[in-house]
Amino acid sequence: MALEMRLPVARKPLSESLGRESKKHLVVPGDTITTDTGFMRGHGTYMGEEKLIASVAGSVERVNKLICVKALKTRYNGEVGDIVVGRITERRRSAEDELAMRGFLQEGDLISAEVQAVFSDGAVSLHTRSLKYGKLGQGVLVQVSPSLVKRQKTHFHDLPCGASVILGNNGFIWVYPTPEHKDDDAGGFIANLEPVSLADREVISRLRNCIVSLATQRMMLYDTSILYCYEASLPHQIKDILKPEIMEEIVMETRQRLLEQEG
Amino acid sequence: MASVALSEAEKVYIVHGVQEDLRVDGRGCDDYRCVEVETDVVSNTSGSARVKLGHTDILVGVKAEMGTPKLEKPNEGYLEFFVDCSASAAPEFEGRGGDDLGTEIANTLYRIFNNKSSIDLKSLCISPREHCWVLYVDVLLLECGGNLFDAISIAVKAALFNTRIPRVRVLEDEEGSKDIELSDDPYDCIQLSVENVPCIVTLCKIGYRHVVDATLQEEACSLASLLVSVTSKGVVTCVRKVGKGSLDPESIFEMLETGKRVGKVLHASLQSILHKEESLGPKRQKVGFLG
Repeated sequence: MALEMRLPVARKPLSESLGRESKKHLVVPGDTITTDTGFMRGHGTYMGEEKLIASVAGSVERVNKLICVKALKTRYNGEVGDIVVGRITERRRSAEDELAMRGFLQEGDLISAEVQAVFSDGAVSLHTRSLKYGKLGQGVLVQVSPSLVKRQKTHFHDLPCGASVILGNNGFIWVYPTPEHKDDDAGGFIANLEPVSLADREVISRLRNCIVSLATQRMMLYDTSILYCYEASLPHQIKDILKPEIMEEIVMETRQRLLEQEG
Repeated sequence: MASVALSEAEKVYIVHGVQEDLRVDGRGCDDYRCVEVETDVVSNTSGSARVKLGHTDILVGVKAEMGTPKLEKPNEGYLEFFVDCSASAAPEFEGRGGDDLGTEIANTLYRIFNNKSSIDLKSLCISPREHCWVLYVDVLLLECGGNLFDAISIAVKAALFNTRIPRVRVLEDEEGSKDIELSDDPYDCIQLSVENVPCIVTLCKIGYRHVVDATLQEEACSLASLLVSVTSKGVVTCVRKVGKGSLDPESIFEMLETGKRVGKVLHASLQSILHKEESLGPKRQKVGFLG
C-alpha cells in the first residue's frame, strides 16, 4: 500500500520558472487598461471617466484597435455551435415525458450535445441531432475551468494512445474507451455496460491524471497538449502523476515540446 | 455527506475498476491520495493543524481552558469536540444543512476518544475536584472531497500534538484559599503525548472489494462502509458501520484486518512528518492559506 505525507510547499510564481521575458498585461476589475480613447472596447472592459477600465480579472488582448480582457476563470458562456458535455439534473415532469424519455435518459446521466441557441439571460438550448451526440456510456469525467478548453474545429478526439476524449467547451471533459465499431458510436441511447479491459483502463486513468495536471498548471487543453502530456508521463506510474513535483516536471516537458512545435 | 450524481455507466466503470485493483486515478485499493499536513496555522489557539487530502481540506483548532472536572471523574480533565461543516465545503451545507453531518462526526470523535488510553486525561488535572484543563477541539470543514473521517482524525491528532498547555502551579494561602499561578515564561508549557491517539480508517465496500480513501465518486458507488479507529500499535478502539447496505461478517473481518494494517502505516507516516516539522524549529517558513 502507498501512503505519502508531506509538508506543504509554497507555490512559486509561474513566470519565474518559465523565464519569460514578455510579461502578459494582467488586470483586475477596476484597473485602468489605457487612457487612449482611440480604442474600441471589447469583452471585459467598460468606459469610465475617459479611460478604459477592466471589469474582469484576466489578461489584456489587443487586436488592432480592439481591446478586450480575457478572463482567467469564468463561468461557462455558451456560444452557438459549442460542444458541451452535461449531466441531467432535473427534468420536466409530464405524462408524455414519463412514457417516452424515461426509458432512454435518467437523472444523473451524461450527454454530449451541441448548443443550438443562446437566450438573453445566458441560458442555452441544446440539441443532439446527430449520431455522434447523445448519452455517454462508461468512462471518466474531469471537470476543469471552461477558460482552459481551447476552441477548435472538432472536440471529439480519438487519441492514438488508445482512448477517446470529448473536450466540452463548458469545461466538462469526458475520457472513454474508443468504441470498436464505428457504426454504433458514442451516440445513441443504449449504454454498453460490459467490463472495460485493464489495458484500456490504464490508458484512461493516465489520461485523466494528465488532464488534471494540465488543468492544475493552467495549461490550455487540446488534443496535442493532452497527447504530449500523456507521452511525457509514460515513465512514471499512473498514481504518481498527481504528486506535485512529478506534475510540474511533466507539464514543463509538455510546455517545452509545444513551444518547439510552434517555433 | 456531500454527494455527487453519477450515471449508471460511470458507476459500473468504477465498480469494475475496483475489482481489478485499478481505480479511476490509477491508485490501488489500499492507496491513499497525497496528504499535506501543517501545524500551528492559527495563532490564537493552543494548537492547530490543517490537513489536505486530495480535495478534502480540514482545519482543527485546540483551545485549552480551565474548567471544573466532571463529577464521575474528579481527577481528570476532558475533551470537547465541535465540528462545523462550512457552507463553502458543499452547497448542501448552507444554513443548517451541515449540522447533521457535524453532529455525526463529533459523536464519532467522542466515541473513539472514550477510553482510558487515548489521551492521558490525568495530566490535564490541576487540582482534584476543583480545577482541570478542558481541551476544546474545533474542527472546520473547508472543502469536502471524500473521506472526511480519515482526514479529520489525522488533523485532530496533529493539532493535539501541536497543543501547548501553559504550566500552572497551585499555591495555598495560610487561610487555605488556593491561587493558581501561571508561569512567566510563555514557552513553559506541557505537551500532550499523542502516542495512543487513534486515527480513523474508512473502508468503503464497492462491489466485492473494499477501498481505502474513497473519493466522492467512489463513495456514491458504495452502499456500506466501515469506520475503524486504530491506534499506532494496531489496536482497534471503535468500529462503526455507515450506509444503508449490508455487510457480510467475512467482509467485516477482512476490512478490519485491512484497517489495522493501513492504520499502522498511517500512524507511522504521521509521526515521522510531525517530528520532521517540529525539528525545523520555530523559524520554519509557514505556508498557511496564502501559500
